[in-house]
Parts: sequence; structure tokens; C-alpha cells
Amino acid sequence: MSTASIPDDLLLRERFTDIKPPLSPQAAVIESNRCLNCFDAPCTAACPTHIDVPGFIKRISTGNLRGSALRILDANILGSSCAKACPVEVLCEGACVMHRYNSEPIQIGRLQRYAMDSFQATGEELLTAPRGSRNVQVACIGGGPASLACAAELCRHGAHAIILERNELPGGLNTYGIAEYKLRTSDSLREAEMIRRMGVEFRTGAAIETAEALEELESEFDFLFLGVGLGAMQRMNIPGEDQKGVLNALEFIASYKTGRLRELSGTVVVVGAGNTAIDAASAARRLGADTVYLLYRRGEREMTAFDFEYEHAKHEGVQFLWRRQPYAIRTSERGRLLLDTVQVNEVDKSLLPAPNSEHVIECDYVIPAIGQSPFAQLVQELRRIELRNGIIVIDPETGQTGNSRYFAGGDCANGGREVVDAVADGKRAARAILKIAEAAYA
Amino acid sequence: MPDIRVHQFAGRIDAPNPFWLASGPATNSGEQVMRAFDAGWGGAVWKTIGNRITNPSPRYSSVNWNGMRMMGLNSIELNSDRSLEENLRELSDVKKYYPYHPIIASLMVESKREAWHTIVQRAEDAGVDGLELNFSCHHGRNERGIGPTIGQVPDYTEEITAWVKEKARTPVLVKLSPNVTDIRLIASAARRGGADGLSAINTINSITSIDLDTFIPNPNVDGASTTGGYGGPAVKPIALNLIQQIMSDPAAALPLSGTGGISNWRDAVEFLLLGCGTVQVCTAVMHYGYRVVEDMAEGLENWMRTKGFATLDDFRGLSIGRITDWKSLNLNYKVVAHIDEQKCIGCDLCHIACWDGAHQCIHMDRVSGPVNGQVELHDGPPTVEFRSRTSIASTPVTRQERAAAASNHGPYPTPLAKIPRVDETECTGCNLCTLVCPVDECITMVPAGDNSAAENPAHRSQGSEFAAEPQRS
Repeated sequence: MSTASIPDDLLLRERFTDIKPPLSPQAAVIESNRCLNCFDAPCTAACPTHIDVPGFIKRISTGNLRGSALRILDANILGSSCAKACPVEVLCEGACVMHRYNSEPIQIGRLQRYAMDSFQATGEELLTAPRGSRNVQVACIGGGPASLACAAELCRHGAHAIILERNELPGGLNTYGIAEYKLRTSDSLREAEMIRRMGVEFRTGAAIETAEALEELESEFDFLFLGVGLGAMQRMNIPGEDQKGVLNALEFIASYKTGRLRELSGTVVVVGAGNTAIDAASAARRLGADTVYLLYRRGEREMTAFDFEYEHAKHEGVQFLWRRQPYAIRTSERGRLLLDTVQVNEVDKSLLPAPNSEHVIECDYVIPAIGQSPFAQLVQELRRIELRNGIIVIDPETGQTGNSRYFAGGDCANGGREVVDAVADGKRAARAILKIAEAAYA
Repeated sequence: MPDIRVHQFAGRIDAPNPFWLASGPATNSGEQVMRAFDAGWGGAVWKTIGNRITNPSPRYSSVNWNGMRMMGLNSIELNSDRSLEENLRELSDVKKYYPYHPIIASLMVESKREAWHTIVQRAEDAGVDGLELNFSCHHGRNERGIGPTIGQVPDYTEEITAWVKEKARTPVLVKLSPNVTDIRLIASAARRGGADGLSAINTINSITSIDLDTFIPNPNVDGASTTGGYGGPAVKPIALNLIQQIMSDPAAALPLSGTGGISNWRDAVEFLLLGCGTVQVCTAVMHYGYRVVEDMAEGLENWMRTKGFATLDDFRGLSIGRITDWKSLNLNYKVVAHIDEQKCIGCDLCHIACWDGAHQCIHMDRVSGPVNGQVELHDGPPTVEFRSRTSIASTPVTRQERAAAASNHGPYPTPLAKIPRVDETECTGCNLCTLVCPVDECITMVPAGDNSAAENPAHRSQGSEFAAEPQRS
């Protein structure tokens, strides 16, 4: 694994300036002093990883930055990327008592970033228990946040953990899928590197897709953790979907983040209204698209994107077309795309096309962002593990699946949530595994 | 319009208002004092004159607290570093332009009768309205046998005050140091010496901070520091206490110019309520400039209007009688904390303060149902915290999840489970919770007495409970 494989792209950096820039040292102290230091703080309770928020904030105010960062990392090994990528408005900052104090909530995300940036600047490595002090071997399949958190937690306590990632780079959606103005690919890789230095072994380019591959792992490891995420993005299933100029949102985001797509022009249509659709639409604007439409089959009030994401997209100049559905993609004589759309209305919970409402949008790119399907290849092999709607069923307290040697977490087990949810899942699974191993040893 | 003029302070000093600049950097020159009078200050105590000295640099350091600058200011500056002649010439000029603004000269010379006679004569010839004897500028001078040595020894204070009174034609104020075991002894010595009034308090001996990299305290003068004089908002409670002691002692009480941490009109009113005739300000001006006097004067007037006071004398000293000995307090007066659920924001600082720092009677059990009685029955802070840190929380990603999270509040702005409950049978009425609560009027202390007759510790000591002084550890 190399963290240098993606060069720092200055143009990309310029186009995708931080949506929440770092705090200056003085601003951080002023902001940390605003925190009331609540007891049993609601921000901590709201955080899926239960970071001791007042604890790390008050350490900033006293200048104990190392203590602050370790306090964060103790609860959330991906504290750095979560500081940037978390939808804090519906998590810690949303729970802040300041909302009821006639005041803005504490900028917890930015303070967390401040503590983590300071810690990373020192280059200090995290302490772990001696490797092998817990005699348990775990293979984490998938290299995203859930597996990173699970493996890191295991290594911290002296167990042996490896991460198997089918892509070239570790980090999962943290590396390939988060809008660049929130989290840079290099940030994600730096975090993976920190975890590698803790003693986690990474095997990238390692796809586990067959029953044989699983059986091999079963013979080598005591437990397997599934952090495989979700599968490919859903297809729109309309004619013309497979032509040039049509690429799904995750492909699109990964392309510009890894430098394969550096510029856009003309008109872009994003289909869907979730947070990924917003990320794609905003990115299209920043990459140079003149006009970006976001097409959604339902209305403004039904969109699943967070309110602040919606506001952000409007701010970026994205135009929203409500209650409109695409039914075909054709090519114009000039080589542009023609997206056939129709107005749809909800009647008895089904969407019916309105008569005479067809409209053709001439555009250069169509980016479907209508959700991911379950991760089919591996899941097919997991016959002893219960699935529900393609999602792995786990005990929420432990992450254990129906097969006692298999644990799971992250999107493949929660259906698709945030980085911080995946970290919480991975950490819980690691702790449960350690407990089982301890009991077996005793 | 309320009248905030000062009449006949210390016998003979009139002023347009009670807000005077204390002797210090803000009264160092005629140009400054004139600008201060233009800004609205009612008088000025000129920077201490006497023997010209050279002050070190740097000479200030401060205590910042919770992001606020200069909660307390420490100074190692001594008296004026300009010549006596220069000071008196400027003072004289200011008096010509501002005849109705009193200027008091702060004086400090060696402990010789002739030296004091000379300086008094020269200051009064320059046109001052009064004299303030700086026996108390605590720093530096004791090494030379003047200054605090006088202010800390009643006999010296009395003697030198008497020397000054032999010569002085204007009112003589003695400025008192807080760095003594009993300020009343010094105040009554000054009174015996013939002082017309007092100024209190001077700055408090202090070391504000030590640099954790160099191990040198601040201010760092070429590798060393020295004890300084502490002023600013932090010292106000100490000043009020000492002033109360002086003003409630008939042998010590004199017309008093109160000083020590006054930053705004509220502080000033408190000093007046303890009997001060005027107040003096230094640190607030060093921090924000002369303009701070505007709100001081307006605020005082508006407060007097609200209270129906026409002159300063209408309320001067009203609080002196409200301070009594501990042993005279009514032990049958009982209050308990009451939390206003509509105002509670759920920070739960009252819960942790009560459990860790008080009497374990504010509980987090609104939802599980009330459990009145013994502390042991309630979940303590570690259990409460453990519960939420082992709970499973997840990001509300769908609209339904977000709506559910937002609606889970019950009848109050804060979810019921986060609103603490006071067990009134256990509450000692200590008041700590109202102090830590960040919301005004959210926690109030409400009477819970049984209406039995007042009974103080002295009464009870006739029984068995109380003997002699209380333990205040």
C-alpha cells in the first residue's frame, strides 16, 4: 500500500476548497471555551462512536492537544475523517444544548478537526498492546471504515487483524466516495497509513468472491469481519443507459477524486435526490459544468438528502427539477445526449406519468444517483448467514451474524449510513470478538 | 433626572459624578487627564508623585480566564517616572481648564516630616483639591523602607498622616493596602492621625502566572520577575469585603473612595451601597479606554431612576447593615432548588455539581419515575454516563428517522430524560446548582421552611449543636 499513489492535485484542491476550513489556534480556543462542558453530554450520546466531546473540547481550551486527539481516537479511530465527513448537523452539533440556549451550536466538527490535525502534524504513532498478547486472528473483508475501525480496535488490544481490499487503495468510500470539499483522498489514505502502523496488515487488490476463498480464510483465521459495503449503484433500467456520457454517481466521484476526470463542461443531469446525488451535482458544478440539473421523481419535501446538503447544492448553483422521471436516453445529431423525461404524480403511493408532460433535456452527461444495490458477489457465497433485503442481519450489540464466526458492520449490515456509523459497527464487533476470545481463553 | 453629583466628599470635595480615575497609568499626564474629563470622568487621582523613578519593562501581566482577557491585571509599575515639576505644572494647567473636576494628588515620599511637608505644600500650591497618601503601593517600596511598610504598621500610618495634616489645607485621604491581617487597624490609625477620608483598596500582592517553558513568572524582566499588584474584575469581591469591614467599624469608618475591580456601573453601585462616597477605576480604563465611563454614568442614573433615588445619598450605605456575623444568621430559613422545566436546556451541570460538589440530591430519573429518599437509591453519575455511552446511536439518514429524532421531546424543549429532578427532602438549599446553571432564572431557590421562629447558631449553642466559631474548611 502506498499513500503516494495519488498526487496532490493543485487544480483539484483549488476547485474543491474545504467546505469547513480549519480553525486557527485562537479561534479554536475561543470556540472551545464556549462549550458548556455538559454532563452526560447529548453530543456524545448522539455520536454513534460516543466520542467524549466535552472532554476533547476542554482539552483544546487548556492546550492539551495531544490529550484531546487521543480522547477522540480512543472512541473513534477515524476521528480525523469523521471530523470532516460527518453530517454533524444531524449528529453531535444537532444535539448541542446551545440550540436551546438561543445560540449557535458549538462547532464540534471543526474543533475535532483542529485536534486531529494538530496530532497528525506531530507524526506520533498510536500505542498498542504488544502484538499477539491476545491470541485471536481476524480477517476483515473490505477496506472501508467499518473494517478499518474493527481491525484497529483489535490491534490496539494486541490481537492480529488483516484487511482484505479488492481495490488498489484502502479506505473504501472514504478514499473513493466522499466529496472532495469535505474529505480528500489523501486524508483518507493518511488515516489508513496510521492504522497500518498500528500493526494492521493490509492486502489490497485482494477480491474475496468465491466460496473457496472464504473457506481458505476460515481455515486461517478465528473470526471474519464483513465490511464489504454495498454493491454497484442501481441502474435506472431505461433504454440508452449504457452509452458514453452516462456514468453513475460513485464512478463519477471516484473519477474526479483520483484525477481521471479533471474537467466538465456543458450540461449535467444528476438523477436522484440523496446525499450522493447532491455530492455529484455540486462536484459537477465545481468541475466546470455550466448547468447542472438534479432530477427527482418526488418533491422537495420527500428528498432524502440532509437539509444542509440541499442548501449547499442550491448555493453551488444546482437547479432542481421536481417530480420528473427519465424514461430514455438518446443521442442528438450533434452528439449530445437527449434525456427523455416525463412529469410524474403520486397517486395511491405509485408514481404515474402526467399526460403531455414529456420534456427532452439536451445535455452532455447523465449521472444516475439512485442508491446502491446489495453487494451481490460475496453475499451469494454466504449461505449460512441470514440476509434481509440483501442486508446482513447482525446482533446490533455485537455485530455477530447468524454464523458465530462471522461478524459484519458498515453499509453491508446497516443498509447504508455514514462513516461514523461504520466505525461504531466495526468497533463494537472488535470488542465483541475480544470478549469471546477472552472467555475462550479463560 | 437623578442627580449623581458628589457633594462635600471628605468634607470639601465636589465632583460632577462619583467616577474617578484611580492613581495609575491612566492619570499619568495632563493630556490624559483632560481627555478623561472630556470623556465624562468626574475626578482623577494623579499618578503618584514624589521621588522620580524609572520603571522596568515589561511591567504588566494578566490572568485570562475562559477566553476572557484581563480578568485580573498585575502591575510592577511604581510611581511616576516623570519629574515632580513636570507633573505639578501639568496638574496646574488642567485645573485651569477644568476647575470643577477634582484632582487629587497621590503622594509618596521618604518617611521624613519635612519631606512630607514639602510635597504637600507643592501639590497644594499647584491647585489640587485633595491629597491621597500612598502608604500602600505595595510593590517595591518596602525594600526602601517606605510605602507599604507604613501602610502595614498602624503607628507609622498614624504618625505620617498627622505630619501631613499639620500642613495640609485640602482633604487628606489615606489609601489602604489589602495586604494586611486586619485592615480596620490601619484605617483606624489613619483616622486617629486626622485623615479626612480613605481610599481602599490598593492592589493585592500577586504572581499572576509562570511561563511553563522558561519557568520564569510574568512579567519577565530579563529573566526575572517580581511580586506585583493585582487589580481588575477578579479583586472586586475582596475589595467589597474589606470596605465592608472598614465601614461597619465606628473606629475606622471615614468618607471612603472605593476602588478594586470596578468595571461597570453595577460594580460601582455595590461600592456605594457599602458606603463609598466615590469610586475609583483603573484596570477597566487600561483595558478599554476612558469611554467606559459613559455607560457607568448612564447606567447609574438609569438604575437610580428605576429605584426612585434622587441623589447618591439616598442609597449610600444601604447594604452595610445587611452583613452580619455568621452566628447571627437564621438557621430556620430553608430554601430548596427548583428547576423550571421550560427553561432547562439539558446540560445537566446541576446534576454533576450536586453529586460531586454538593449534597447528591439532583437526580437524572425523570423517566424511570421518582425515587424519593436516600441517595443510595439513585443512579449516580457514572451509571448515568455508562448508560448513554453504551447505547447504540446511529445517524438518522431517512426523513422518517430525522422526524422521529426531532419529535421525541415530551412537553418541554428538552427531552424529559435530560431534565434533572430535585429531591427536596434531601436538598440542603446550598445554592450551588443555581450558580452552575447557564440559564438565567432556570434554577431558583424557593422557600421550603416550616415557618418556625428565627433561630441562629448562637441560640442553638445554648443547646448543644453550636459552639464558638464555625468550621469553614
